[in-house]
Amino acid sequence: MSDVVLSGGEIVTPDGLVSGDVRIESGVITEIGPGLDGAAVIECDGAWIGPGFVDLHTHLREPGQEWKEDIASGSAAAAAGGYTAVVAMPNTNPATDAGHLARFIADRGRQVGLVDVVPAGAVSLGRQGEHLAHLDDLWDAGVRIFTDDGDAVADAGLLRQAMDYLAARGGTIAQHAVDPDLAGGGSMHEGAVSSRLGMFAIPPQAEDVVIARDLQLAKLTGARYHVQHLSTAGAVEMIAAAKASGLAVTAEVTPHHLAFDDGAVAGTDPVFKMMPPLRSSDDRVALRNGLADGTIDAIATDHAPHAAHEKDVPFEDAPNGITGLEWAAAVVNTVAPLDAASFYARMSVAPARIAGLADHGRPVAVGNPGHLTVFDAAKQWVPERTASLSSNTPYLGMTLTGRVVATVFAGTITARDGAPVALSA
Amino acid sequence: MNHFLSTEDVSRQDLTDLLDDADSFVEVLARPIPKVPALRGKTVATMFFEPSTRTKLSFEKAAKALSADTMSFSPGTSALKKGESLKDTVLTVQAMGTDAMVVRHQATGAPWRIAEWVDQPVLNAGDGAHQHPTQALLDALTIRQRFGTLDGVRIGIVGDIRHSRVARSDVFAFSTLGAEVTMVGPRTLLPIAAEDWPASATEDLDHVISELDVVYLLRVQAERGGASVFPSLSEYTKRFGMTRERFARLKPDSVVLHPGPMNRGVEIAAEVADDERSLILKQVSNGVAVRMAVLFRLMGGEHSE
Amino acid sequence: MDPGDIDRALTRIAHEILERNRGAEDVVLVGIHTRGAPLAKRLAAAIETIEGETMPTGILDIGLYRDDLDTRPKTELGRTAVPEIDGATVVLVDDVLYTGRTIRAALDALADLGRPARVQLAALVDRGHRELPIRPDYVGKNLPTAPGERVTVHVVEIDGHDGVVIETGGT
Repeated sequence: MSDVVLSGGEIVTPDGLVSGDVRIESGVITEIGPGLDGAAVIECDGAWIGPGFVDLHTHLREPGQEWKEDIASGSAAAAAGGYTAVVAMPNTNPATDAGHLARFIADRGRQVGLVDVVPAGAVSLGRQGEHLAHLDDLWDAGVRIFTDDGDAVADAGLLRQAMDYLAARGGTIAQHAVDPDLAGGGSMHEGAVSSRLGMFAIPPQAEDVVIARDLQLAKLTGARYHVQHLSTAGAVEMIAAAKASGLAVTAEVTPHHLAFDDGAVAGTDPVFKMMPPLRSSDDRVALRNGLADGTIDAIATDHAPHAAHEKDVPFEDAPNGITGLEWAAAVVNTVAPLDAASFYARMSVAPARIAGLADHGRPVAVGNPGHLTVFDAAKQWVPERTASLSSNTPYLGMTLTGRVVATVFAGTITARDGAPVALSA
Repeated sequence: MNHFLSTEDVSRQDLTDLLDDADSFVEVLARPIPKVPALRGKTVATMFFEPSTRTKLSFEKAAKALSADTMSFSPGTSALKKGESLKDTVLTVQAMGTDAMVVRHQATGAPWRIAEWVDQPVLNAGDGAHQHPTQALLDALTIRQRFGTLDGVRIGIVGDIRHSRVARSDVFAFSTLGAEVTMVGPRTLLPIAAEDWPASATEDLDHVISELDVVYLLRVQAERGGASVFPSLSEYTKRFGMTRERFARLKPDSVVLHPGPMNRGVEIAAEVADDERSLILKQVSNGVAVRMAVLFRLMGGEHSE
Repeated sequence: MDPGDIDRALTRIAHEILERNRGAEDVVLVGIHTRGAPLAKRLAAAIETIEGETMPTGILDIGLYRDDLDTRPKTELGRTAVPEIDGATVVLVDDVLYTGRTIRAALDALADLGRPARVQLAALVDRGHRELPIRPDYVGKNLPTAPGERVTVHVVEIDGHDGVVIETGGT
């Protein structure tokens, strides 16, 4: 494998940004300094150089729903967005509730070779919420994050059992915090917009009551507890208080919850139908503040591909979610910009730690793995194409500030200027 | 105006123009031959995915009185049961040669999606609990016929507003036309964030009833979750029903409206329904005229592209 | 045509109507919306002055009977209020007679409102260029025009003054 040099960037270090070049050979960072030369040189022109992004929340849809996305196309989209690792959600068909299914996903990801595909495991069998999944089997297959994402683990007794089991081993329970009874048949946030539309809607308490209850259980069991796709101001407050009291709690937020509020739903365009729903502008402000002050640890895309014919239906009938791997960094930089260190902390360091990925989110230092992402925080651009099989997203055609200049995965360039690079055999 | 989907974004001038056109059609419908050739050769498709008899008949009559042909879509026997998507269904109908579609659908926003998919005018005949704009037009016309205007007219809308598309269309149309609108109902049936609406709200009907010029009664929407709020229907009648006793406390010139179908004895006493100050049947006949006006405006004349 | 010309023309037409129909019995004037209506009223007033009898008058909007709805700009619908016409002699009154399509539409509208014994046509201005076999019975003035020209009649009841204006360039 030939060496790669990232030239003329601003390297993110514990002591601030340092101008310089980075050489990666044989998948490892071998030299950092000015004036480096190499076989493949990427001009960074002052762009940030930091560890490759890690997504805690991606739906790759394989096995079972490959018309929406598969591990190959999802990996390409991830690489284009600056990701070197993604945690694949287990609501596939069949659900990832046993070890062999996790191994299949990880192996396929290795075969594609663009990102590290890290399978999350279900908490309950078939994600039905009644019996524990084969947690030991999943653990042996390398799974360290467990979630029934798509649904909450609603049964407190079952959740407690899972937390007890994982607390002993050090795994993480991630919760899709939506109370099914309070959410009812709702499709959007309950507020002034839903009132005008007359749609059944979901109050913020549908999220808050789940988190409040789960935090009690986290306290009881000592388990690591991670809240997925935060959407309410109340949730941000509770996470902050829980952290202050010493609980091992972490939280993620999606770019779309930072970018939009329920005003985007007024036209009933199904592209803005998500779960949890886009909430009020006050909630959005609280999420941005929580991201800035670190209450929210990580950005997670909740990349949720759906075929065009599935989303091209009336709002209430549409499935939830949008794609976003390719533009997450740009969107966050556009609507909730952070300094370089905080940016890489939220996009890479924290999610790598939460997912238990030792090779990712590492400082840019000689000897560390060659997983790096170069990000130009000033670049204005308009996304026009996607590597995903689906294009259910509001970001195409939208002017964004900030673009991934290059993604380096295990020493190989996997993306340039926001587009994946076809790998030679 | 390319489509008629909602009263929320229609200007006062456009509403007034439609009411003025409707006046002409009231006259047409009173003739010995209540028919004009304005839409001859055009086809109007009535696509009612949610059941309806009255609104569907009213639209069909309106189309026919304009000499248009009608095509009726019925979900019970359709390919929808075979899994055909809504988009494919409407494109198929359009391909048969329709010139406009009248749509009623249980999902909020469905007419807006359909308007994006087809190349012809779409009229909303009711989407979810969201909008039923031609109902608001016929209500406004009825009130205007009685009072000459809606400016300053005090209208009370009583009942399950939260789940009512009629109420939503009415509140915005009436207030745009200058009426003073009060919403009356129990807190659980008043809209969420009611302070954001262009109307005042109260839970006490008896407190406002003697000041209202128009009392607009809504049906309790059992199918949308409204009935579960009350322990019994008689409880609803006691607090919000237009009983004989309440009717007697109305001003002598005040009138009662209802979108139908009525639950006699629940939201409206039988004697009140049949009183000459109850304009319910006038609403129905105005409905045909108003729908003729909308069809004519959308289909007859130059379209802005 | 100046206001004086218009008045004299209407007076002459009033006499012609009475002469042709041997009096005012069973004659109904129906003005075509918009400007035919005030002209019809003036004719009725003139006839009343001559004969001493009030002539029934009506107003007819033909917006719902046009054959060119798809190509003309949208206009508001006007009122239609026409007295009993069964068995009567209806004199349609319009300001400008041009292609004849307006009159065709008016004849269709009349057919839906009743069954007149006969229909006659009075036009203040005939500018030629007929596209249908329609001819006026009473004409105020014949005004040869080019097709690209636009002829507008102003009446004091609507426009504040009387007059006939010819403009070139475009319809």
